[in-house]
Amino acid sequence: MSVGAPRGLASSGQKPISEILHPLCAAEEPLSPGPDVTVNVDGDKEAVLTNGTPVETSSPASASSLFNRLQLDDDLEVDGRDPYISTETQDLFVTVDDPKKHVSTMETYITYRVSTKTTRIEFDLPEYCVRRRYQDFDWLRIKLEDSQPTHLIPPLPEKFVMKGVVDRFSEEFVETRMKALDKFLKRVADHPVLSFNPHLNTFLSAKDLNKRQGLALLTKVGESVKHVAGGYKLRARPAEFCAMGEYLDTFTQKLGTIDRIAQRILKEQSEYLTEQREYGSVYSSWAGSEEELHRPLEGVATTVSECCCAMDDLSENMSQDFLPVLREYVLYVESMKTVLRKRDQSQAEYEGRLEAAILRRQEDKMPMPVEVEKCQDKVECFNADLKADWERWQSNKRQDFKQLLTGMADKNINYYEKCQAAWESLITLLQDKQTEDKRSETN
Amino acid sequence: MAEDGEEELVATDDDSEKQGRLNHAIVDQGCTLLRRMEICVAEAEKRNGKNAVNMQEMFTVYLIETRPMDAVAEGRNLSPDSLWRRYSEFELLRSYLVVTYPYIVVPPLPEKRAEFVWHKLSADNMDPDFVERRRVGLENFLLRVACHPVLSNDKILYHFLTEERGWKEVVYETGFQAKAESRLKALSATFRVRNTDKRFVDMKHYSDELQSHTSQLLRARARVADRLYGVYKVHGNYGRVFSEWSAIEREMGDGLQSAGHHMDAFAASIDDILEEEEHYADQLKEYLFYAEALRAVCRKHELTQFELEMASQDLISKKQQREELATGIVRTFSFKGMTNKLFGQEAPEQREARLKLLEEMIAEGEETVKEKTVECEEHVERAWVDMQRFEEQKDKDLREALINYAVMQISMCKKGIQVWGNAKDCFLKM
Repeated sequence: MSVGAPRGLASSGQKPISEILHPLCAAEEPLSPGPDVTVNVDGDKEAVLTNGTPVETSSPASASSLFNRLQLDDDLEVDGRDPYISTETQDLFVTVDDPKKHVSTMETYITYRVSTKTTRIEFDLPEYCVRRRYQDFDWLRIKLEDSQPTHLIPPLPEKFVMKGVVDRFSEEFVETRMKALDKFLKRVADHPVLSFNPHLNTFLSAKDLNKRQGLALLTKVGESVKHVAGGYKLRARPAEFCAMGEYLDTFTQKLGTIDRIAQRILKEQSEYLTEQREYGSVYSSWAGSEEELHRPLEGVATTVSECCCAMDDLSENMSQDFLPVLREYVLYVESMKTVLRKRDQSQAEYEGRLEAAILRRQEDKMPMPVEVEKCQDKVECFNADLKADWERWQSNKRQDFKQLLTGMADKNINYYEKCQAAWESLITLLQDKQTEDKRSETN
Repeated sequence: MAEDGEEELVATDDDSEKQGRLNHAIVDQGCTLLRRMEICVAEAEKRNGKNAVNMQEMFTVYLIETRPMDAVAEGRNLSPDSLWRRYSEFELLRSYLVVTYPYIVVPPLPEKRAEFVWHKLSADNMDPDFVERRRVGLENFLLRVACHPVLSNDKILYHFLTEERGWKEVVYETGFQAKAESRLKALSATFRVRNTDKRFVDMKHYSDELQSHTSQLLRARARVADRLYGVYKVHGNYGRVFSEWSAIEREMGDGLQSAGHHMDAFAASIDDILEEEEHYADQLKEYLFYAEALRAVCRKHELTQFELEMASQDLISKKQQREELATGIVRTFSFKGMTNKLFGQEAPEQREARLKLLEEMIAEGEETVKEKTVECEEHVERAWVDMQRFEEQKDKDLREALINYAVMQISMCKKGIQVWGNAKDCFLKM
């Protein structure tokens, strides 16, 4: 088992990378007349950014082409302060929408429309439109994880296999899941490596997914997970990866706290709403026993109920837009931790083999076996991929939370603005009546 | 001294100078005592003293300041006359007024103990916020009384405002307590009275409604306040977690940290908001208690009406007895009739004497009926006037209270927009 897994990793880890490198390099180097003619508008932007660092691009003397690419990536991020999304060549656009319910004798399930627009030559057509269900997304993710073990694979929304716990066919659930699937696919499509994975291509374009392989993979993934759980003692894990692990732990903790606070706020708001509604109705019933004050009191009742509606909107927004993003990040962190563990595993593998080889060499004066070198390559490759993905993830996270929290502020501002408008119109109503009275008095 | 005051009252009755400092809503109604005198409850002070059973106790005294209006108008900066009164003295003043002017909807005092509180609000009588709100309430009470067309001319009130010593004795000398006890009968009168004025029946019904609506509203408001407090305070947790989170972030750190401060500010802002809202609650409470005062006037009507009906019934039965005695025909079955039948007629002298006694009682009864009729009519007439006045005042006050409430809500919204706007700026910097 311990032999099988690394071999599988090595073959799947190296092959796609070497394949994938070419189109990406072509896309990021506007000077070379790449086969991809469509890199025009975004390519220009790229040219400006890469112009500043031509040395790295043209002199990859010592490092492998993989490192060269990563170097370029890093520089891009340093150069362009903006998050990577805007600086990167976007030539693959995917959307998940239009959920549909399918009822058959065997099962009931939801499919989502997956639309693709692309200029990449890997695709035969510029546009695709297929319908996929959650299982298919799951298949894709497993495929990606398996074929790209050194990369961070974005998370899918939770499965909720337990029936009855969640109403899987409720509009709200389907909507939230759809958004999460859309996010997942967009993250994959934006990734410089993952987006060239042939499985993604298949997922986006094939009429029918042949998932037989997927089932076989499931068992394999299970094994590797067990493998990881066994745990290795590393000689020395590089400090940066230790820091990543620590960061992730703290970050998960904070996410959990924010999630709890947000839920608590929702609870308080819903209780507030109940009381506020009752409060409004008291004004309304009081209005019934007053003559002069009838209209003012009715007015207050109306205003209070308008504020209730605004609060309802706010709560709904928060539970539908805010909480899912937090949840996604909890899963995202889990994915990141998995990759970190795999890296540790691969380092341990290398260290183990190296130790054995050194022992043998002392005895037999044999040259360093090729396997060990391969292992070392793999670890280095892993480290490089992980670092790149980490930076990408960090920048993603910053962007996402900026958006999320700004959105939260906006929604709250919107709530208060609605309430303010309601109360202001009430004041005009109350004062109008007063001037009316004064007029009738003077008449 | 009180005499002097009375003279002054009459002398300057047609004074129409502009009022100075008084910013209170009631003032512009243009009423008697307030035109001649500036009244305020300037401060409250805790004191230690001995109560009736010689036990050490803490109580609060309130400083009443008065200043003659003409002096204020002339710009002479007289130092105001001031004296200290306890809440119980205010209570005594009010019960005196209620008994003496049964046809007036006497302004209520602020609550003795904090009611309709939400959890954050202290129910402690010595709580500074409570004492302050009570001070405002007591001042409001004095101003309302002092601008009332009838109550403001009361000597005892004047004495209360101007003479610290001997006031209680003067009040007790009026013997109002003896009259007060008769009010207890009012309750049973409600169920037995036959002909009440329809207007008073309606008004009593209205007072019940006013009371139930205001108390429901106050209860609902307290619950809303509780929840709102929760919503705001839970946001404060964001403040902490943002600041903790910022420690592990590089680019995002500063933005998060300062956004956290704004969340703290948001959570803290609710204290002032609800404190201010308590003023609105106090205004509602005043009308909750007014409902009781209104009902008291209606009850008094029932009582006088009941007494009138009793007196006239008594008179009728006396007249009947006289007729029976005079004609010797017993119309109704009675014990006396039976004894007469059984033991024979009484002597003519005895009959004469009884007839005479009856005549006297009838004359007395007629007098009582007359008196009661006058009392009842007078009460109806005066009470109706004051109820009309009360209605007007209530409509005006409550409308203003609602406007103020709306203004308060708007300022709360503005605060919210501002704080979230600040937080948003920080988030954008992340």
